Amino acid sequence: MKIDLSVQHVTKTYADFTAVDDVSFQVETGRFFSILGPSGCGKTTLLRMIAGLSEPDSGKIEIRARDMAGIPPNRRPVNLIFQNLALFPMMDVAENIAFGLHRRGEGKAVIHKKVSAILERVDLAGFETKKIEQLSGGQKQRVAIARCLVLEPAVLLLDEPLGALDLKLREQMKVELKKLQAKVGTTFVYITHDQSEALVMSDHVAVMNQGVFQQMDTPQNLYNHPRTPFVARFVGDNNAWAGRVNSSDGKTVSIETNDGFTFQVLSDQSFQPGEPVDLFLRPEAMLIQPDEAIADLNRFEVVVKSLLFDGANSRLLVNPLKTGTELLIALPQNRQYDYVRRDDKIEVGWAKTSGLCFPKIET
Amino acid sequence: MNTSARAKNRNFRWGLLFFLAPVCLWLFLLIVLPHIDLLIMSFRAENDMGDMVWSLSNYRNFFEEPVYWLTYVRTAIYSVLVTFLTFCITLPLAFYITKVVCPRYQGFLTILLLMPFWVSELVRVYGWMILLRESGVVNHFLLKIGLLNQPIEMLYRDTTMVLGLVYTSMLFMVVPLISVLESLDDSLIEAAHDLGANTWSILFKIIIPHATPGIVSGSIVVFMLTLGNYLTPNLMGGKNSLWFTEQIYNQFIASFNWNQGSAFGFLLLIISSLIVWLGLTLSRQKLGKVVQ
Repeated sequence: MKIDLSVQHVTKTYADFTAVDDVSFQVETGRFFSILGPSGCGKTTLLRMIAGLSEPDSGKIEIRARDMAGIPPNRRPVNLIFQNLALFPMMDVAENIAFGLHRRGEGKAVIHKKVSAILERVDLAGFETKKIEQLSGGQKQRVAIARCLVLEPAVLLLDEPLGALDLKLREQMKVELKKLQAKVGTTFVYITHDQSEALVMSDHVAVMNQGVFQQMDTPQNLYNHPRTPFVARFVGDNNAWAGRVNSSDGKTVSIETNDGFTFQVLSDQSFQPGEPVDLFLRPEAMLIQPDEAIADLNRFEVVVKSLLFDGANSRLLVNPLKTGTELLIALPQNRQYDYVRRDDKIEVGWAKTSGLCFPKIET
Repeated sequence: MNTSARAKNRNFRWGLLFFLAPVCLWLFLLIVLPHIDLLIMSFRAENDMGDMVWSLSNYRNFFEEPVYWLTYVRTAIYSVLVTFLTFCITLPLAFYITKVVCPRYQGFLTILLLMPFWVSELVRVYGWMILLRESGVVNHFLLKIGLLNQPIEMLYRDTTMVLGLVYTSMLFMVVPLISVLESLDDSLIEAAHDLGANTWSILFKIIIPHATPGIVSGSIVVFMLTLGNYLTPNLMGGKNSLWFTEQIYNQFIASFNWNQGSAFGFLLLIISSLIVWLGLTLSRQKLGKVVQ
């Protein structure tokens, strides 16, 4: 497989902090690669270095096996879609898209053909003479993408381009962007703080925090097998439960939580008895009133504090009996649990395969 | 309901009148009325008998006497040149202050730029004269380091006068340029760079189109002030670099020919309006939008 983008040990330091700390990754041709992280984690800095808008302090960036050190942004085979899109308000749609082609000195007829072809591709045929301020949010988005794609870059960089859209349009653009990427086959590097955007669209996702890649994996693996507590917390919802290890045999870990429950968790890591750990449980991992017949469940009783109705994403907020710990439990809307009311006492169970256990980090 | 609405409307109209009255009075008494008088005066001349009659002779004199219309054309061309030079100098300056320098120093640099304008124009022009005259600082310095064998007169040349005029008008260009460039989103420049534009195409395709309203409003002010400037051309240009305002002054004060003077005044008004209109048309800007 051909590698379009290769970032090797890149570091960028500002006066008092390290924005990007020894980051390495490779993106194969035609892949949708996302970098997911909270704001201020260094993902924009990383993207700007790939685009050439700033230079790394150390490390190497290669695009299609060419070293990019010292090459200004206008000579790099990458294009960046800015967070605010940065469409030129003084030009109409066609002029915006033709801007890069003109800079390359292509002929008028060729430019005209390419512009109408790309507009058709992003479903904006006939929009050539529209002014930028006449476009809706989603249309602006597509013009910005067309403006970059028309240059046929090796890699298209996207800096949270959906951030400014409202929820409904964002959901729609997510799917559209994924489809568009599959259609044109350009390598996309997408950065976002929205985990759903990253999970839905990407082939691979890197989770970044404080300038470091925490984990780089497929969306499924990130969700099901997070390798660090940060990833477990950041990707999807998770309940964290502090406790100590009772015993560990390299396969099953027995944990006593700080509020007195004892649970069994499968883990390939081994722990010292007495070691403080964090136990992570997905809301959907917990079953409400599980059948008596299911063996090997970690069962405990909880009091329902409130019902958080949110359609398919409804939750129960509960306290395990006689404790102050708060847990979120998925509440499937299949009418099976309609009887659950506030202040009810119910039993909850989870399989030992679905818990995750990490050594506690002092914060 | 209906009557109260009408009363409200009437109140509003009285309020409007109240606040507009001083402006209208000022415009009418100090601008329109004197101009009408000057216009009438410019079409009156003495006939052979010594009586004042209607006549076009004041305007005919202007076209028949080469020194008049040569000065006129010179003044217009030099004003355009001064405006253009002022723009060329202040655009990089304004760009540096708004985009390059660390935001902490922006205010400081702007104040530094405005500082000289707290001093009267007369004093500033005399400052230049102290620097540039034959026994001035620059000559003294050049003699000392041996670049010159004998002092040269730097004053009373066209170049010196243009320098003085550019210096005098810089403020009026730099302020609108700073405000218009501040509203330019940095990411537009970065996006253009990313899409393959070099420095020149960023300047001509992004920065200048965005800054056009500021450029035009600054240019109008600079052009009009330069065209109507009397002090700087008089002191720094001297007898060698005639400015049309000096011709007007001569007619009114030296020759005491108010009729000829008013004709010149109107000719100056015509050329300034004409060039401003031309500038607006060429840059496709509306006056109402530009002066905002």
